Amino acid sequence: MSAFFKLLARNRLALGGLIVMGLVVALALITPLLPLADPDATDTANRFLPPLSDGYLLGTDGLGRDLLSRLLWGTRLSLAVGFAAALFAAVAGAAVGIIAGFYGGRTDNIIMRGVDMLMAFPYILLALAIVAALGPGLVNALIAVSVVNIPFFARNIRGITVGLAHKEFVDAAKLAGMSNPRIILSEILPNVVPVIVIAMSTTIGWMILETAGLSFLGLGSQPPQADLGSMLGEARSALITNPHTSVIPGIMILIIVMSINLLGDGVRDALDPRLKSGALSRPMAATRVERKERPAPETSTDAILSLDDLHTQFHVKDRIYKAVSGVSLSVKPGECLGVIGESGSGKSVTALSIMGLVASPPGIITAGAARLEGRDMLSARFGELRRLRGRRVAYIFQDPLATLHPLYKVGDQLIEAISCHRAISKSEGRKKAIELLKSVRIPNPEERIDIYPHEMSGGMRQRVGIAMALANDPDVIIADEPTTALDVTVQAQILSLLSDLRRERGLAIIFITHDFGVVAQLCDRVAVMYAGRIVEEGPTMEILRAPAHPYTSRLIACVPELGEGKRKLEAIPGLPPSVDNLPAGCAFADRCLKAQDSCTKGEIGLEGSGSRAVRCLFPEPGFAEETA
Amino acid sequence: MSTALQITDLSKTFPVGKKLFGGATGAVKAVHPMSLSVQTGETLGIVGESGCGKSTLARMLVGLLPPTTGSIEIEGAALDNADPAAFGKRIQYVFQDPISSLNPRKTIRQIMDAPLKLLHGMDRAAREKRILEIFDSVNLRADFLDRYPHEFSGGQAQRIGIARALAAQARILILDEPVSALDVSVQAQVLNLLADLKREFGLTYLFISHDLAVVEAVSDRIAVLYFGSVVEEGRAEEIFAHPRHPYTKLLADSAPVVGRPLSDPEHGQAELPNPLDPPPGCAFAKRCPYASAQCRSAPPPLTEMGTDQRVACYHPLPAPEQV
Repeated sequence: MSAFFKLLARNRLALGGLIVMGLVVALALITPLLPLADPDATDTANRFLPPLSDGYLLGTDGLGRDLLSRLLWGTRLSLAVGFAAALFAAVAGAAVGIIAGFYGGRTDNIIMRGVDMLMAFPYILLALAIVAALGPGLVNALIAVSVVNIPFFARNIRGITVGLAHKEFVDAAKLAGMSNPRIILSEILPNVVPVIVIAMSTTIGWMILETAGLSFLGLGSQPPQADLGSMLGEARSALITNPHTSVIPGIMILIIVMSINLLGDGVRDALDPRLKSGALSRPMAATRVERKERPAPETSTDAILSLDDLHTQFHVKDRIYKAVSGVSLSVKPGECLGVIGESGSGKSVTALSIMGLVASPPGIITAGAARLEGRDMLSARFGELRRLRGRRVAYIFQDPLATLHPLYKVGDQLIEAISCHRAISKSEGRKKAIELLKSVRIPNPEERIDIYPHEMSGGMRQRVGIAMALANDPDVIIADEPTTALDVTVQAQILSLLSDLRRERGLAIIFITHDFGVVAQLCDRVAVMYAGRIVEEGPTMEILRAPAHPYTSRLIACVPELGEGKRKLEAIPGLPPSVDNLPAGCAFADRCLKAQDSCTKGEIGLEGSGSRAVRCLFPEPGFAEETA
Repeated sequence: MSTALQITDLSKTFPVGKKLFGGATGAVKAVHPMSLSVQTGETLGIVGESGCGKSTLARMLVGLLPPTTGSIEIEGAALDNADPAAFGKRIQYVFQDPISSLNPRKTIRQIMDAPLKLLHGMDRAAREKRILEIFDSVNLRADFLDRYPHEFSGGQAQRIGIARALAAQARILILDEPVSALDVSVQAQVLNLLADLKREFGLTYLFISHDLAVVEAVSDRIAVLYFGSVVEEGRAEEIFAHPRHPYTKLLADSAPVVGRPLSDPEHGQAELPNPLDPPPGCAFAKRCPYASAQCRSAPPPLTEMGTDQRVACYHPLPAPEQV
């Protein structure tokens, strides 16, 4: 709750709205206690007194009634009616919406068509018709305003409910023996309440206006009872001669509606879970780089892309998540480097940091360098980085459905990828796009170029993703779990395609995966990551044959392999440490069977001889013998 | 040994497209009529690629989807989910995505309470005792009970999902890709837990997965699904070692294995048949190197071949030589 207010207070306008609204509500609540004149007592001797008259702070109206008293009593009444109408509309609308959304099918159809019919009338006409049928009066105006607003709530809530009704936890509740009404009350309702609150907070002001409108027309509160609308209505005839009688209630309506709307916007933002994680704040075009010291100049190598002691962190509220802490990697032309690790080990963040693609905020690169042919890209200006993205270093992502734009044809997206970097004519672009589709072995590229992503299978879409990465003949491809979402038979096709492309074009590939089988088949070298660091690095076959780090060897043992029959699997008990609270020394120590006291004291370096390196004080026996 | 689960000619057809009034414009056969049986205490693995109908099959078995044709018998009685309380005690389901199968706005205690209260009518003290027993058997700590689902890692959440299924005290569990959302080190923990629970409580599993190695590691028998039909069924130790159906062989050859060179058994490219316009014959014929005219005209029936192995193929691969 306090977190909610903190978020709300971050929005200054909403905070202002909250304060003003609080004052108005407080004033309305204590109105009966205030020493006010009788709001309905007429005094024709003192008609139309201006504000600040003796005994009448805000003056009097056409019947000599005290305006201050009428204003406060009127505000009280208008607020009460507005809130009541909003509450009634929300409850009725939510009930209708939940039932329609949950049961679906014919129930949904009948209910929603009824709601559509309500919506087909101009709302004020409908409200007038309802009041005309029920007779004028405040309660009837309240009913009219509520009914008119039911469709808004019903449609909103139905949409949310349809999504929730197909969630797995609803299925689980069915299997736990819950009846449908019970599921609605205990599973669906708690998940829609925030939406109802948001919808209410943004419509309450509107409802107060509508009630005032009906009263203004003489259909709401009946004389002599004051509410803001009827005050306006009665002052209408004196608008020119005595403007204060209409301006005063008008200003009050303005204040109420403004403050409620500002507050409503704030509530909506504060309740949106995306805001809490900072996702609604627009990320910058490139990751923020805040390095304390300039990276050391590069020692000459033949690597095309190298990372040097990269640190990437996420600063969320007062926590610092060290997603990547000190990763050094390099890849040569024509080489495939595998980066393997479990979820949360920092492998994707490492890959995204290279071209400044980590979302900032909350991501910050705090140290290190990412060099493309010796040039540090982290110190490059955005314009230069943008020219290099896709042109020299291209990415292939895990989910091709999410990376391709659903509304554009695949061919157009390929042409766009090319024309970002060089001017190309339409026909030439099309020719090149067909060529690209052909190079990733898509059958009938001439036809497929004109279809939309949703018309393709997952494997085909990933081929398009690869074709897009190849569009500008890059030197380096960073592939982030490109086959994880695919079936095994399709995975085999994609892997062999990548392998062929690498050989034909001399591509350097950084291949991120969690699958040892894939690494073994595709990668020359592999780096194993754990809790944001590389714990072991070396030629793939050597590491698979004789892993040096206990984590590597036990992770390999966990992977079930085909052809070994039914058996008990190796497991690593426990979980990786959270990267906002890393232990001193080795991050794997508390899951490691060989851990000694020395493992949890001080830094352990990534050390080794020749092509292999390991970050462990007590490497596995096979490795020790080999290097000895 | 008695039969825990018997399905006969079970199929599911989904209508697609809608006319303004009335009927659908087409139909997708997600599951073609199939028959399978699972013995008490056995684990039947179901393996297949996306779109082969394995999840549709699972949802029919637990009554979340009504079948189009065919019947399901659970422990000798026809499936009847008219009374949710009685049904939940006979068969339970473990979901693929552990986090989304837990209501984000309920504590773990509230989630665990539901089946105990509704299926078994336990009072508060009895529920508390039972929850602690179950949590103990799935290696979860009691202090997790007052937390919310988002506070858990995938592996822990999946154990909570398994605990919830156990709370119903059903003897049959349908496990729909229970480990595919988990990391390998955690995957092994959960698979071992499932094996221990099975032994401890005498459970029967139907284990669905796309990962051949995982299925092989936990199953007694395996059925391979392709395009909504069973193409091969047999003992776990036999089926991938000596596949008789070309599709099973393709699956086994495609799985990336350490020490096997990278290969694309299909040399390029193969696509699933269009579900709206299924081929008249064997659905695999287009991708099959042995396909003949017969394969393209009529679907091959599932026939017994060798001991305890059934294959739906006109041209099965040769049986291994008897040693």
